Amino acid sequence: MDANSILERRACVTGIGQSAIGRRLGINPLELTLDSCVAAVEDAGLEMSDIDGLVTYPGAAGPSGFSGAGAVQVHEALRLKLGWHDSGIEAPGQLGSVIKACLAVAAGLARHVLCFRSVWEGTAQGTKGRAGLMPGGGGRGNFRASGFSEWTLPFSAPSAAVWIAMFAQRHFHLYGTTREQMAQIALNARANAALNPDAIYRDPMTMDDYMSARLISTPFGLFDCDVPCDGSTAFVISHVDAARDLRHTPVRVEAVGTALLGRPSWDQFDDLSTMANRDAGAQLWTRTELTPSDVDIVEAYDGFSFLTMSWLEALGLVPVGESGPFVEGGQRIARDGELPLNTHGGQLSAGRLHGYGFLHEAVLQLRGEAGERQVTRKQPQVGIAAAGGGNTCGCLLLTRE
Amino acid sequence: MANTEVPFRILPELNDTSGFFWKSGEDGQLRFLRCGECGTRLHPPQPMCYVEHSKNLAPEPVSGRGRVHSFSINYQPWMPGPELPFVVAIVEIEEDPRVRLTTNIVGCAPEDVAVGMPVRVTFEHHSDEGGDVWLPLFEPDPDADANSKSDAATRKGE
Ligand SMILES: [Zn+2]
Repeated sequence: MDANSILERRACVTGIGQSAIGRRLGINPLELTLDSCVAAVEDAGLEMSDIDGLVTYPGAAGPSGFSGAGAVQVHEALRLKLGWHDSGIEAPGQLGSVIKACLAVAAGLARHVLCFRSVWEGTAQGTKGRAGLMPGGGGRGNFRASGFSEWTLPFSAPSAAVWIAMFAQRHFHLYGTTREQMAQIALNARANAALNPDAIYRDPMTMDDYMSARLISTPFGLFDCDVPCDGSTAFVISHVDAARDLRHTPVRVEAVGTALLGRPSWDQFDDLSTMANRDAGAQLWTRTELTPSDVDIVEAYDGFSFLTMSWLEALGLVPVGESGPFVEGGQRIARDGELPLNTHGGQLSAGRLHGYGFLHEAVLQLRGEAGERQVTRKQPQVGIAAAGGGNTCGCLLLTRE
Repeated sequence: MANTEVPFRILPELNDTSGFFWKSGEDGQLRFLRCGECGTRLHPPQPMCYVEHSKNLAPEPVSGRGRVHSFSINYQPWMPGPELPFVVAIVEIEEDPRVRLTTNIVGCAPEDVAVGMPVRVTFEHHSDEGGDVWLPLFEPDPDADANSKSDAATRKGE
């Protein structure tokens, strides 16, 4: 492919920001969102009046707590003047919104796009746990299931935990993958979270802790599931020509992956041992001269532990079917290993910031600003941020300029 | 057996496209929408066949036999429902393994469920003011060849 036609390369990440993050902050989610937006613009060294694009995932949509704010609310609250704006959930994963921002700056519709993702699932679920967020309130009544839930809710399968468990089970069956192997995703996340002051769970976790935790949906136990939280993450995506004199050296977008060749369905996807990330990951490598062996760090979605293993295979970092043996023992994916993974603690331990946390961490690591948890064996030059699972996935290949 | 009593279920909305599917079990038969032109089974039901865009579609019975494509033993009380633990599975139907159903496996211990296990449909009847519904659940198929309880041979590397 002609390099000039790979338009995402005209985009870079110039600013990152995060609000307070916690299990239940009890803070208005719009306020959290604005905190992260202001922080990202300041981090870029820009004024709010420089922002001329706005995008978010999923927009004002979904069950309570799933979205802390929509684009319209932020547009209004910050009195933005926008050349381009977009919002929505039907995108290549959570980071699909950031990919759209890259294309918007490349197309000249905006110079500096503010991207945000806010959650307040911690507060929204209150003391009822995840059941508090289930459709129909999880209670009795006249509620009838429609859309995709028509095919899952009647069978008491309301959660992505159950749907993704069946992808994992298929992988276990075909390749002999084990819970002991999968545990390393959770243990590695917890070890990294210990060095992340903003992480939710920082206490050490052992294999015994993991194996003795209660089962949720086999093969998933409690520690295979991420931790709902309150918090917001924001980025400024700038055109490279507008990024030269900003506060930080920009993190360049080298390539993105957005493809979805299989059916856009959780249970009808052609091969349940992989996911939409198979297609997005393969597409990413058609848009760059770099290869998987160039990658120094991977920040890959772990809404459920197996998703990260699936991403390792989808991105060609590990041969198909071999993510289990690859992560076994945990050494390869540790911060001082050959492929540092989810260096901030992922969503499993740092909190379910829903996709955006991975890009935030990738930028910090590529800048060399990740503090105590900075990968130091070699300053990372090339990183991946990947988010999503099942039928909705997107990824970015990033480089340090 | 745990499921002698019909558990609480959130029932599907009955609409023009898929209502037939949820009522199909009234006569004990599982049906899928099938294209009259090319024979493709369309599930979930669609208003048009994706192959040649024909609207000549009609529900057609299948044998009700299938195999467990994957499954999960659920221990989490997400909402009122079957007694814990219960099995959620994706079953591929005998006539076309590309056609799958998310469903529950009943009539056996959860730990006896395996990928590749032959199963057959059994309907769970629900009735409320929203209309009668027959949920297709699956149970071990007693007529299946005892040697094919698991498709271990499909494991890669074996
Ligand atoms: Zn047809």
